[in-house]
Amino acid sequence: MDRVKEAQEIEDDLPDPLEIPDLVPGCMAASKPYGAAPEFQKPLGFPGGLVENWQEKAIEKMAELRGKYRSFRVFLDSCVKCGACTDKCHYFLGTGDPKNMPVARQDLLRQVYRRHFTLAGKYLPWLVGARDLTEEVLDDWYSYFHQCSQCRRCSVFCPYGIDTAEISMAGREIMDSIGKGQKYSNEIIGKVLTIGNNLGLPKKALKATLEDLEEEVLEETGVPVRFPLDEKGAEILLVAPSADYFAEPHIAGLIGYAKVFHQAGVTWTISSHATEAANFGMFIGSYENMREISLRVRHAALDLGVKRIVFGECGHAWRAAYSFLNTLAGPFDFLDQRYPIPQHICEFTYDLIAAGKLTFDKSKNDHIRLTFHDSCNIARGSRLGNKPGGQFDIPRAILRATCNHFHDMPADTIKESTVCCGGGGGLLTDELIEIREKGAQPRMRALQHVAAEHGVTHMAAMCAICKAQFSKVLPMYGFDREAIVSVHQMVSNAIVLERTDGGAVGERDEE
Amino acid sequence: MLTAVYASTFYLAAAVLAGGLAFRTWEYATTPAPLKIPTTPAPTTRTGVAFRLSREVVLFESLFKANKWIWLFGWIFHAALLVVLMRHLRYFTQPVWDWVTLIQPFGVYAGFAMVAGLAGLWARRILVPRIRYISAPSDHLMLALLIGIAVSGLMMKYVAPTDIVAVKSFFLGLMVFHWQPLPADPVLLVHLGLVAALMIVFPFSKLLHAPGLFFSPTRNQVDNPRERRHLANWARALEAGRQ
Ligand code: HEM
Ligand code: SF4
Ligand code: SF4
Repeated sequence: MDRVKEAQEIEDDLPDPLEIPDLVPGCMAASKPYGAAPEFQKPLGFPGGLVENWQEKAIEKMAELRGKYRSFRVFLDSCVKCGACTDKCHYFLGTGDPKNMPVARQDLLRQVYRRHFTLAGKYLPWLVGARDLTEEVLDDWYSYFHQCSQCRRCSVFCPYGIDTAEISMAGREIMDSIGKGQKYSNEIIGKVLTIGNNLGLPKKALKATLEDLEEEVLEETGVPVRFPLDEKGAEILLVAPSADYFAEPHIAGLIGYAKVFHQAGVTWTISSHATEAANFGMFIGSYENMREISLRVRHAALDLGVKRIVFGECGHAWRAAYSFLNTLAGPFDFLDQRYPIPQHICEFTYDLIAAGKLTFDKSKNDHIRLTFHDSCNIARGSRLGNKPGGQFDIPRAILRATCNHFHDMPADTIKESTVCCGGGGGLLTDELIEIREKGAQPRMRALQHVAAEHGVTHMAAMCAICKAQFSKVLPMYGFDREAIVSVHQMVSNAIVLERTDGGAVGERDEE
Repeated sequence: MLTAVYASTFYLAAAVLAGGLAFRTWEYATTPAPLKIPTTPAPTTRTGVAFRLSREVVLFESLFKANKWIWLFGWIFHAALLVVLMRHLRYFTQPVWDWVTLIQPFGVYAGFAMVAGLAGLWARRILVPRIRYISAPSDHLMLALLIGIAVSGLMMKYVAPTDIVAVKSFFLGLMVFHWQPLPADPVLLVHLGLVAALMIVFPFSKLLHAPGLFFSPTRNQVDNPRERRHLANWARALEAGRQ
């Protein structure tokens, strides 16, 4: 009893994860990512450096976006400045910089939009807060549109669903079009298009890695679980984030997928042409680049003659796949229509669990007391399964099936209200570490709550960016960097593999 | 003279309001939403979307999740505004429709509720530093305008009554282009002047949130991207020559 009481008291003393800070104007103005060099701008169709008549060009681009995107027009027109979103952004909560309030972030673009595209802004700019696109404004754009992880938390709470992510994407697209690109995102898009993945991992290295994994799993389990590459005629094409091939805890997740495929008895393959699930074209708001990247998946599926496409654990990649792939690279009439196109690995695993086809030894995860971080793009930009909200229930069902101790974090920080890891949207780069650390504060505080109350030791996530970001920021908040685990790592730990002769691996000793 | 000025102002205001809203609606309706971006979890059917939008319009569902104070003041203001508008139908109908007669007594309370709601919103706009930060002069003016309309209306009820029979014949006359004299009461003139101003600024201001909500892709899209391919016309053009 006393211990429970003590834990409760510790928890009561912890700061509220969503505590609203005082305003500290301009405190993050200096936080900006490195600029993209000309050689990375040009292949994406952007000018190498800031063009001479950039003001004019930016306004032209705005006019273009206004005609191409209803969201742009409706969102910029409709905001009533009610203030409901002002305390919803994790970057605002972590920094107190008022320009990180979603509506204020939108206003950076809206002030220029009003100046050029509205009657009041043209003739009475002071009345409606309209401004010319000055160097100072462009500077603010570059800083603050790169302090938005495009997590969409603000859009949940806005009475008109105004999604600041759409605005920061548009802002980045405008900046790209005048030659002011961000190094991190644009370099990565270049690598995906030329080499096939974000990391620039060549086919030979990938092949070696996969062979090592086969050996490792065989040694550990005694079961020949395969990790096939470029195998024509396989049933399933797996498209996973490239971090799954080399970084911890991502690899453990990849091993989990392979074991599930093994148990399901399906043939599958990775494609060296489309090794990468991530689609950074989304972060920079570029339909064309996003489309190019998506088409690789189509081509890989056609080349290999697969019947199904399954995506690995990655948040924005799943949004790009679930919500956009059919639009950008469809129709997929050449695939097996009995399965969702594309399908998520968690849907795949969950269906097998529901059909009673997987067996787990939960005690294998008894050293873990687990919670789950809903990744923004899965929570608010896509779905799993065939019911709204499946994106919350399915991963939790998988985790509960694989471990004995599961506790959710405070309700206002999970599911549709989940708070971002702080590293999404093209911010996962070293020079932005300050905003990343501060933006992680609400999530880290929520984790402190369940750690105090339920002794939670680990947090699972199903997003490569979340996992990489948490590995970095967990220690800054007093946690172990290995406290972050993949969902399919939990699956991998607990799954009972069948040997080819039909016996279960766990039974080996008793034979 | 006075009658002519007010009559022409109202024709102008009505034309700007109707024309402006029709134009905006057309603009919103014809601008494509090239990608599926509903804020999920989202309904998977059109009926579901209709329900979602209805909840937003009637209950301000998202706002309720966000902030109970803004919701309370905002909802009271809008609900009261609706009742007040319905009550005003008596100036435009002859004979007055039964249900309009029925709600007359509520209309007066609604007037007070409207002022209370607006005052609450204005107080937050001034007192909460976050909301003060995002407010432009136009945001304060809009509240002033609406409060001005409500207060001048209530003054005619309680302080300086006007000849409402004459007012009614003025508006009935306007509608059939057969002008009747408007009483020259200062409060009435202020009230009507502000209403005309509101009608004129409507299509050029943030009041576009009313049509905007129905066109917001995050709220009005069906969550079915895997089942149905969604393609904008300008995006279709990119498909030419594709494998
Ligand atoms: C479909 C109809 C409408 C819907 C769903 C709607 C909804 C909303 C919501 C949710 C807000 C934010 C909360 C608030 O501040 O009150 C708002 C604000 C506002 N609405 Fe509406 N509204 C509608 C029509 C109107 C109309 C017809 C007017 C005026 C004639 C109006 C005037 C305002 C004003 C002035 C604000 C800003 C209040 C402030 O400054 O805080 N609305 N509306
Ligand atoms: S999308 Fe997320 S990061 Fe961007 S403003 Fe909204 S809450 Fe903040
Ligand atoms: S919640 Fe929506 S309408 Fe209100 S201030 Fe924020 S963006 Fe504007």
